[in-house]
This record gives sequence, structure tokens and C-alpha cells, in this order.
Amino acid sequence: MVKMTGAKALIESLKREKVEVIFGIPGGAILPVYDELYEASIRHILMRHEQCAAHAADGYARASGRVGVCMATSGPGATNLVTGIANAYMDSSPIVAFTGQVPKAFIGKDAFQETDIIGITTPITKCNFQITAASQIPKIVKTAFHIASTGRCGPVLIDIPRDTQTEEAEMNFDVRIDLRGYRLNHDPHPLQVKKAVDLLMNAEKPVILAGGGVIASNACSELLSVAELLLAPVATTLLGKGSIPENHPLSLGMVGMHGTIAANKIIQEADVLLAVGTRFADRTTGSVKKFCVDAKIIHIDIDTSEIGKNIRPHIPIVADAKKALKSIYANLVQILQRKERTEWMRKIKEFKDQQEGIVNSKEGLSPPRLLSELRKILPENAIITTEVGQNQMWAALYMKVYKPRTFISSGGLGTMGFGFPAALGAKTACPDQPVIDIAGDGSFIMTEQDLASSVVWGIPVTVIVLNNSVLGMVAQWQRLFYNRRYSAVNLGKVPDFVKLAEAYGAQGVKVGSVEELKEAVMKSLKSEVTTVIDVPISSEENVFPMVPPGGELDKFMVG
Amino acid sequence: MSQDEKLHIISAIVEHKPGVLHSVSNMFRRRGFNIESISVGVAEQEDLARMTITIKGDERTVEQVVKQLKKIIDVVKVSILNPAHTVTRELALIKVSTPDAQARSDIINYTEIFKGHVVDVAHESLIIEVTGDSDKINAFIELMKPFGVKEIARTGITALPRGMRSIKME
Repeated sequence: MVKMTGAKALIESLKREKVEVIFGIPGGAILPVYDELYEASIRHILMRHEQCAAHAADGYARASGRVGVCMATSGPGATNLVTGIANAYMDSSPIVAFTGQVPKAFIGKDAFQETDIIGITTPITKCNFQITAASQIPKIVKTAFHIASTGRCGPVLIDIPRDTQTEEAEMNFDVRIDLRGYRLNHDPHPLQVKKAVDLLMNAEKPVILAGGGVIASNACSELLSVAELLLAPVATTLLGKGSIPENHPLSLGMVGMHGTIAANKIIQEADVLLAVGTRFADRTTGSVKKFCVDAKIIHIDIDTSEIGKNIRPHIPIVADAKKALKSIYANLVQILQRKERTEWMRKIKEFKDQQEGIVNSKEGLSPPRLLSELRKILPENAIITTEVGQNQMWAALYMKVYKPRTFISSGGLGTMGFGFPAALGAKTACPDQPVIDIAGDGSFIMTEQDLASSVVWGIPVTVIVLNNSVLGMVAQWQRLFYNRRYSAVNLGKVPDFVKLAEAYGAQGVKVGSVEELKEAVMKSLKSEVTTVIDVPISSEENVFPMVPPGGELDKFMVG
Repeated sequence: MSQDEKLHIISAIVEHKPGVLHSVSNMFRRRGFNIESISVGVAEQEDLARMTITIKGDERTVEQVVKQLKKIIDVVKVSILNPAHTVTRELALIKVSTPDAQARSDIINYTEIFKGHVVDVAHESLIIEVTGDSDKINAFIELMKPFGVKEIARTGITALPRGMRSIKME
């Protein structure tokens, strides 16, 4: 036991959690903590908006597999974090957010910069805590990191009144976590595994659907082993991108509303679907009633509440994806006679070629061609983040990903403005890997102010703005489903991105061809400052293939 | 209520601390599950509370409710109680007008038949306490209506499994 203030105990607790970096913005109600940070060894990156601090922590977490940390003051500081926290919640990203709170005596009095952040974040955090005695800090911080990073990962928020930060107390750091209501079950039930193995063994057309849970549990090599043993093609969700190298013959690419031809056609033909670490989001399944109708579905998920929520599986397996896949592999390998699936493999190849055809049919600055050409010059370990909208779906379709944790995108919440601050977080986590944000003009201008933090803190990333002066995905829906009534999608005037970048001390360059883009990107990868590359594209471009909302996956539009 | 919808009794042991009821009730709101009744009180260990929640819905709904409840970290244990093996009770306080002596006497008689208690007496009204399952309380209220029911306060159902079945903490 050692006596110290709450603020000091907080820093000490963060050190014990091996936190290296905090993304945040100070303010009155969190000043005692910032005062302690002044001489602490933990790096603090001052962002320009709290939303960006939360997204940066999220990007850091997804790129590194470690917990990301963000911090803000009470009231507006705390509420500005909310979008970032909700984003992390929807995509099961482990972050811990700290907020200052008005002194205890002012809570409930509508004091200056008071908000009920516990009430606000209850539905968008895995768990939240308000600390009302300094002595609780070591235990609650330890508990928060444990909850954020185990089971189905997710955000945890800790709210600390200002007087609790300055209060002195005897601190016990060797404290045990005791959570009666949080027991983790990682091991798959052997009987369920056996049932799954029986199904898979006899499957004629097995397909694997890999979600973000495969990446979160570092189960990618196990996934590949099972896929190769079964000769089962693998479709991924948006968040599952990177769980299988996308140049692998069994990789189908992304499934869903903007899924590839191969993924959407093949998954509907499956007789057995092995779904791992996915929550069967509506963007993945299209019409639930018409999703994989002929298939027996095996669903592996660490979160029991995901089993049967959207799709009712024939065989539920509540377990860590890595352990479950390992167990399935171990059982399969003993009994399986490896089948030849020549005809099916031919079919998969044919669909994949059709997808390639979309790229090759385009000329000039068409996003599919632009992004597939861009991919060719990027190293395999390049981390790609995306904004939300057309840019995101083009990136998901046409930028092949070869390694886990190198594709970072806002899936569940679809947060415009996510990609750039997430790129800063990813670059902070992995300074030796190139980080490229594929952006749209509409998204980028939502968080572009953090060009300042990227310059000041020396976090060089490359932002490629696919610039069409409209909110592209909304315009696409209006074009396709609202009879071209373009209501409120024309941005009219977007900033001159070159000048904007330069105004912040970053680099800007405008390109007019694929060659120029490649050149600009190569140059940016060697640069020590962030580069914004402005790529004008047509506002009439659509993302195809597209399954209309609620439609069947294999009934898609191609143009 | 459609045919496959029926009343389910869920018993949840939760951490007895501020904010937990909010987490639980907010989950119901957020997921669109309708609570028929909810009663909360301290359980056998004073740091735990027992929530008895009744909901209407089909088997799938109740399954998802239980899973979502278990997901809340402050929820320690959740069980669905089988009505056939469960004691359920509700308490109601009913304030009834007593226009004349005859009415007063009738009301007191009925109260005795229902094993209720008169807990407050005034010139023109009585407050009666009745406990039992919800059907019994509904029946009593129906009986009181002709006299003029002024106010009703009901606790909602609370329940425990019969016999040695137990959902308390190990």
C-alpha cells in the first residue's frame, strides 16, 4: 500500500497496463491527470477533436491488437468522444476511454461542463465506471482493461470526478479482479465440434464466412488450415478482410451488399456454411430469409448473444475462434479424405474473373482501376484505412489485403471521418508500416482538422481523396432508388485539398492519372510528413456489384 | 399476444449497486423488448439484488433476452423460471371508497375471503393490502370496482423456484 493522489494512481495503473500512448484533449475536469502526465513516460498525442482521439485509439487497437486509450474532459469533451466509442462498440474494438467529471458535490446539479456520460455511454460501451473514491482507481482501471480486451472486445469508459483525481488515498496495485457476472468461456463444446465436423466432412460445397472475430482472436492461420483441408472457399465480411490473404485461390473477397461476384454467388450455393466470428450483419446477409437457404449453418462466436440473433444456426459453437478452428481442424484431419472439387473451383475462378473484368473494362480515373493499380505498388504490410461510403466499398472490393490487421474500416456504425484519425492511430501503433487512408471528400472534411496533429506529432500517413464533390454513396442511392432526385448531396465547394494540406504544414498533390497517383504515393511513402493526394473522379460513378437493400445476395446489379 | 407468445418469468441476480437497473432496463428498451413487470430487491447476499422480470414473447425472444441479460457484466446469473415449479407473488395496495356502512362491511368481508388486510382506515376510504398471484389480485380489483377504486399500487411479480431448486450464487 502506498499513499498518492487519484491522478497519480491512474498514471501508475496505466503504466502497469503497459500503455504507451494516449490520444486526448485536456480540459478543466481532467487537469489533475494531465498535470501528472506532464512528467510521465507515457506519450500523449494532443488531437484536435475528441472524436478523432477515440478513432485514433480505435485504429491503434485494430492495427496492434492492443488496447487503445483516449482521454477527454467532462461535458463536451466527453460527448465528443461518443461517436468514436459507438464506432468501437459496433466493431468490437478494445479501447478504454477516460473522462474527467465535475467534482462529486456538483454531480447532478447541471454544473458547468457536466454531462451524464455514464448514462449516455451505457448502450455503447461493454461496461462503464464512475470512480467516486480515489482508492478504487487501481482496481477499476485493471478491470476496465481486462473487460475491454477479453471475450468479445469492446470499449470501456471510466469517468473520474475532479476531486477524486486530487484526493489522496492508500493505493493497492496488486489487486485481484473479481467479476461474478463476467466469466469467459473460450473452449468449444466437444460435442458441438463433433457435430460440426460431421457436417463439414460430408459437405459437397462447404463455404467459410470469416468475420472480424477471426482477426480479433488471431485465428487467421487456423482459418487457412481448415479452408485448405476442406478445400472450402472463404468469403469475408468487411471486418474480416485480411483473415485470408486475398490472393489465395480459396479467397472469394468480401460478401454482402457490395460483395464480390464470387463471394455472393458462391455463398448462396453452399450446402454447409462455417461462419466464424461474424454477427451476420444486415450488410453481410442481405435478406435474412433468403440467405444461404440450402446450407446447414455452423456459427462460431465468442458472444453467446450473437448466436441466433440474426441467423439461426444448425450448430452453435460459443467459443474463441482460434480454439474452435483448432479443434475443428484437429478432428477433421484425422478422418477427412481430401476431396477434389474441380468443377467448383472452376466456377469460383470464373466468378473471380468476372470481377476482374469490371476493373479492366474501366478506363481513366475509375476508382476500381485506380485502387487495384495502387495496390500493386504498396508493400504487403501496408495498412489501409478507409472513410465511409463509396471510397470504402471500392477499397474493400479492389484493394486486396494479404495480412490481418492491415485493413481498418468502420463497419457497424459506418462513421464518416473515421479513416483519417484511425490511420493516425494505426501509424502510431505500427510506425514501420506505410498507412494509407482511402478517403472520400465528404468523409475527409469531417475530421480533416487532425492534419494538424499528424504534422505536429510527426505521424506521416497518406490520404487519398477520391474527390467527386458529392456525398457519393448517398448520391448512388438517389441515382438508383430515388429516380435521380439528388437531394442535399452536392457539396458544392470542397476545399482545395492541396492548399488545405499545405495550410497545416502537410503536403498536398493533385493527380490526374493512374501513373501520377502511383508516383505521388511512392513519394509520400518516403516522406516524413502526411501527404494528401487529391484525385478528382466522376460524381456519376457507382459502386458495383450492389445488392439492393434487403435483396438476395446473388441478385446484384453490375451497372 | 400471438399464439406462440406467452408470459415468461426471468429471475436475474445482479450486482446491488447504482446504475445496474438502468443497464438492464436500457437493454430492454434498446433491443425493443417490452417489460411486463419488473421487481427488484436485495437478495440473500446483501451485495446482490434479485430482479424478477416478466416479459411476453415467443421462445426466440425470451432466449435472446436471456442472452442479452447475461452479456451485461453486472448481471451475475439469469434463469427462466418454469411457471409449474415457481411460486409467484404480487402485492397490491388498493384504495377503495366506502360510501356507507354496508359497503364498508362488504369490503372487509371480501378482504377476509381474499386473505388481505385493511392497512388504513379513513371516513370515506380504506386501503387494502392483497398478496397473491396476479390473477388473484386482478380478481380482487374487479370485485372492488363497483365500490369505487380510487388508487392502485402494484409491485409487479416477484418469484422463486419451488423446493430445492435454487438460483442463488454458489
